[in-house]
Amino acid sequence: MRANCHIEEIMTNKEWPLYEVFIRSKSGLSHRHCGSIHAADDQLALDAARDTYTRRNEGVSIWVVRSSRIVASDPAETAAFFEPAEDKIYRHPTFYDIPDGVENL
Amino acid sequence: MYTQGLDQKGQSDSQRDALETPERLEAFQKRIDAEEKIEAKDWMPEAYRRTLIRQISQHAHSEIIGMQPEGNWLTRAPSLQRKSILLAKIQDEAGHGLYLYSAAETLGVSRDQMVADLLSGKAKYSSIFNYPSLTWADIGAIGWLVDGAAIMNQIPLCRCSYGPYSRAMIRICKEESFHQRQGYDIMVKLCNGTHAQKAMAQDALNRWWWPSLMMFGPSDRDSKHSAQSMAWKIKRFSNDELRQKFIDVTVPQAEFLGLTVPDYDMEFDAASGHYIHGEIDWQEFVDVISGNGPCNEQRMAKRSKAHADGAWVRDAARAYAEKHAARAAA
Repeated sequence: MRANCHIEEIMTNKEWPLYEVFIRSKSGLSHRHCGSIHAADDQLALDAARDTYTRRNEGVSIWVVRSSRIVASDPAETAAFFEPAEDKIYRHPTFYDIPDGVENL
Repeated sequence: MYTQGLDQKGQSDSQRDALETPERLEAFQKRIDAEEKIEAKDWMPEAYRRTLIRQISQHAHSEIIGMQPEGNWLTRAPSLQRKSILLAKIQDEAGHGLYLYSAAETLGVSRDQMVADLLSGKAKYSSIFNYPSLTWADIGAIGWLVDGAAIMNQIPLCRCSYGPYSRAMIRICKEESFHQRQGYDIMVKLCNGTHAQKAMAQDALNRWWWPSLMMFGPSDRDSKHSAQSMAWKIKRFSNDELRQKFIDVTVPQAEFLGLTVPDYDMEFDAASGHYIHGEIDWQEFVDVISGNGPCNEQRMAKRSKAHADGAWVRDAARAYAEKHAARAAA
C-alpha cells in the first residue's frame, strides 16, 4: 500500500518529491525541523539533507519524511482547535495559594 | 520550511480564502504590527505572497548564479588550502540557494517553476554576479565586499515577518560570516605581499566597489517596492540606509589594508559620523539588470547547460526509485 502511493506520486509528479528534514543536534536533545529537500528516494533524501543541513556538524541524527505524509492542524482553525486548554488555568501550579508557613511545596 | 504538500485545502476553501475583505487585511496587518510571524499556511494577502515569492526566489537564484564567478578560480587557487576553502564556500552558496528555494516553495510556487523562470530570463538575480572575476584578488574582493554587502542586507531579513524566510536567513547569516572573513583574509595576504600583489588587490577593489554599492538596489527616491515591504516588515531598512551602513564599516577596512576606495568624492562627515559617497552610476545598474552587463549571457548559458546536462541524472534517480518502489510492492 505504502509502495503503491509511492509509485503514484512519482508517476504523476515530474519533480522529485519533497521531504521535511529533522535534525538532532546532539544526543539528549530532540529532533527539530530545520527545512526541506527534494529527493528521488528516501536514501537520497538523507544524503541530500546531510549535505544541505549539516555541513558544520549541526547534527548527530537526521530524520527525513515525505512532506505529503505529514498531517498538520489547520492554521485557520487554531483558535478553536486549542480552545479546550484555554480555561483550565488550574493545570498550572501558580493557580494554587499555599498558606504562609508551609514549605517544600 | 513547511511546504505546499501539507494540509492542502479543497478548492472551495481556497476560493473562500482568496477573498481579501477589509477585515481580513486589517487583521493581517495587526499581526504584522504585533511582530507576529506569518507561517506558510496562514492567511495572507495575495500581494504579500507575490512579493515574497519574487524576493526569495531572486535571492535563491543569486546564490546559485553566484557560484560561477567563484568557481572560475577553483582550479587556479594559489594553494591546496585556499582551494579547499573556496570549494567549501561555493558549496555553501549552493546550500543557501536550497534553503531559499524551500522557503519560497512554502508559498505555493514549485521548484521547477522557479528554475524555469530563471532559465527563461523572467526571474532576475543580483546584478553583481554579471561582473567577471579576472584575478585571484577578485575572490578576496568578492568575499569581503559582495558577501559583506549581502550580510548587511541579510541581517535585517532574519527578522522578516515571514517565518520560513526569516529562519532560512538566520542559517545563512551564520555561514556568511565565514565567507566575508575568508575574503578579507585573502586581501590581507595580498596587501602584505609584493608590490604587484598589492596592486592586484587595489585593482580588484576598484572594479568591485561600485557594483557592491549597487547591490543594495536603487536609491530610495526610485525604489518602487520599498514602502509596502516596510509596512509588511519584509524590509526593515531602506536601500540607502543599508548602503550607508555598508560604506561606514567598509571604508575603514580598506584603509587598514592600505587600499583606496575608488571614489574621489568620498569624504568623512564628522558631524553625522558618516562617509558621504559620490554619485552612483545608476545607468550602469539598469544596463546590467536588464541583461547588458559584461557576463549576463555567459552566466545564463552556463546555468542552462548545467541544468540540461543534469537532466539524465534527475531522470535516472527517478527511474531507480520507481523500479525499487515497484519491486517492494510486488
